[in-house]
Amino acid sequence: MDIIVVGLSHKTAPVEVREKLAVPDSRLGEALCRLCAYPGVKEGVLLSTCNRVEVYAVVDQVEAGYARVQEFLADTHLSLSSEQLTPHLYWYTGDRAIGHLFRVAASLDSMVVGEAQILGQLKDAYEVALAHKASGVILNKLVKKAISVAKRVRTETRIAEMAVSVSYAAVELAKKIFSNLGEKTVLLVGAGEMAKLAAQHLIRNGVRRVMITTRDSHSAIELAKRFNGVPVPFDEFQRELSEADIVLCSTGAAHYIIRSEEVQRAVRQRMNRPIFLIDISVPRNIDPAVKDIDNAFLFDIDDLEMRVEQNREERRREAGKAERLIEQEVDVILQWLKSLEVTPTILALRRRAEEIKHAELEKSMSRLGHLSPEERTAVEGLASAIVNKLLHGSLVTLKTEADSAGGSLFVEAARRFFNLDDAPAADPVTDPDRSVKPVPVAGYSDPEQESPEPAQQKDS
Amino acid sequence: MSVMFLMATMGLYLVGTAFFLAYLLRRSEALSKVAIGVTAIGFLSHTAALLTRMTEAGHVPFTSFDEAMSFFSWALVLVFLVVELRHRIHVLGSFILPLALLSLLSAAALPKAVPTLEPVLRTVWLHVALSMLGTVGFAVAFVAGIMYLIQDGLLKSKRFNVLYTKLPPLDFLDHLNQQSILLGFPLLTLGIITGAISAEFARGSYLNWNPEQTWALVTWVFYFIVLMGRITVGWRAKRAAYLTIIGFAGVILTFIGVVVKGHGPIA
Repeated sequence: MDIIVVGLSHKTAPVEVREKLAVPDSRLGEALCRLCAYPGVKEGVLLSTCNRVEVYAVVDQVEAGYARVQEFLADTHLSLSSEQLTPHLYWYTGDRAIGHLFRVAASLDSMVVGEAQILGQLKDAYEVALAHKASGVILNKLVKKAISVAKRVRTETRIAEMAVSVSYAAVELAKKIFSNLGEKTVLLVGAGEMAKLAAQHLIRNGVRRVMITTRDSHSAIELAKRFNGVPVPFDEFQRELSEADIVLCSTGAAHYIIRSEEVQRAVRQRMNRPIFLIDISVPRNIDPAVKDIDNAFLFDIDDLEMRVEQNREERRREAGKAERLIEQEVDVILQWLKSLEVTPTILALRRRAEEIKHAELEKSMSRLGHLSPEERTAVEGLASAIVNKLLHGSLVTLKTEADSAGGSLFVEAARRFFNLDDAPAADPVTDPDRSVKPVPVAGYSDPEQESPEPAQQKDS
Repeated sequence: MSVMFLMATMGLYLVGTAFFLAYLLRRSEALSKVAIGVTAIGFLSHTAALLTRMTEAGHVPFTSFDEAMSFFSWALVLVFLVVELRHRIHVLGSFILPLALLSLLSAAALPKAVPTLEPVLRTVWLHVALSMLGTVGFAVAFVAGIMYLIQDGLLKSKRFNVLYTKLPPLDFLDHLNQQSILLGFPLLTLGIITGAISAEFARGSYLNWNPEQTWALVTWVFYFIVLMGRITVGWRAKRAAYLTIIGFAGVILTFIGVVVKGHGPIA
């Protein structure tokens, strides 16, 4: 029983290959059914986005599983042969497969590290797998864990915090000048795409008053409708400059349309309240000399791009933190997987039964008073017989079912029925109510859980 | 007892300052949590020191210069904790706590004799308390001014470093500057009035132009002009930052004036 992932992403395959393999949402269910029909494939989840196509599966044998999944991928598109796919694919198993899933979910493997979309896509893929019963105990646990790991990465690192687009960098800068964007006014000069985007971001971050001016008064009125703002005639906008806290400038003009003196005057009229000017136009539309005016803060496209580049670097640094966090979480999952293996479960079950038997015998012996050695052996024999008869069926079932499709389910069920993963809650010997309970289910320390390795050696 | 608490406070403020300064340069947020925790404990210890000193001396403990400095430091930390609680601007601690530590150290460096006051001078504590609280306002304005100039410089030169990410927005700092002066100024005014009344009781004259009184009046006039300038002709932002930094220099000169005049009862 192994976890594998076979797939390709923007890092390994060009878009021409990715688009051929991508499975549209409508056909996802059918594809999953096809995947699970392959012999040896027990569980499957298919993640298909524009940047990656990946199959997570639980298989009997790793090598055979790799081959089956690769076949499956090649089958999704007629013009692709399995061999053609090989150079673009990656194959992982065990901890590396789990780590990969966690990294994908936490957006460490994304084109824009830290973007949030992938988590939603993973959730959707999981929903489809659940609906088609393609995922089972192992993948369910794994994907749920991946989602919680992604959330942990998001809250514990600053990976998603920093602006990585030019238009958003403008918002970030505005927040370093003004503490409350809600009471600020934006003046949008020109209808350049980037400036419009920045205006949108500013509005989303609380700005309520927007003034718009464009050379063509028609588009100013149009934009004013869109942003719920006020159009200002182009030849008068310099006079409105003092009204604006944030000026977003991006026109096609080949000369400066906001000159140093005008900004100087605006600052004076504003009684030295800071004014924040962003010039996203090339060639520039705001006189660079503005940067020497006190309380006026001018940033051009290069400044914004520099900020974005710095933030990208910062995100990469934060990614390092996230990687360490993921390593820890992979260990947690590996522990859990180990508990699902049938041999340690059988051993734990025997040990648990043995413990119960011992404790009960001791208790009864002291109550029965003096017994002859024969009587003693008889009582012990009786206890052993009951325990063994009871266990026998379960053990046989576990052994035979372990290799079936629902194997891990059986193991998980056995562990829960017999409380094999519980921490010790009370001392069995000193618990006065213990003898009343028909089967004491809790209260026994489980050496299996604390140190699986030594327990195995002792019993085998 | 009070000395023990005072030593503990100094130790805690020292550790807090170290953590706050480290926080200034590192990207770790955990550092600020430790720094604030240590500062809060230090503040409690400081409060205990003031209270025990009060019971030991049998009167309100701002009658000597070292006590006044200790009270100043205490109030400064209190203001920081209040602002921190409301606005969560940890980096303020990196600037305020060193100042609090310095004033506490200077208090400790001065002789510790508990002065015995003539009964008539017992009302002097009110003058000291008010003047010190006013000074706390100016100290916070000073800190806000320094932070403003740093952030202004970083934005202007487009140096988006760790400090840039930690410093609060410019208009917050300008607002903090304004509020601190608005609070500090009336307190200083009352401090000067009560001081003059005490002086009248003690020496029979309201004003005798000693260095302390002279500088206190100069400081008062200066902050009055700063406040008026803000309201009437827009002396805010960068200019206000510069002015409050200069003003605080005046305050420090007043303190030196007090020391030169001889420590002991202030009147």
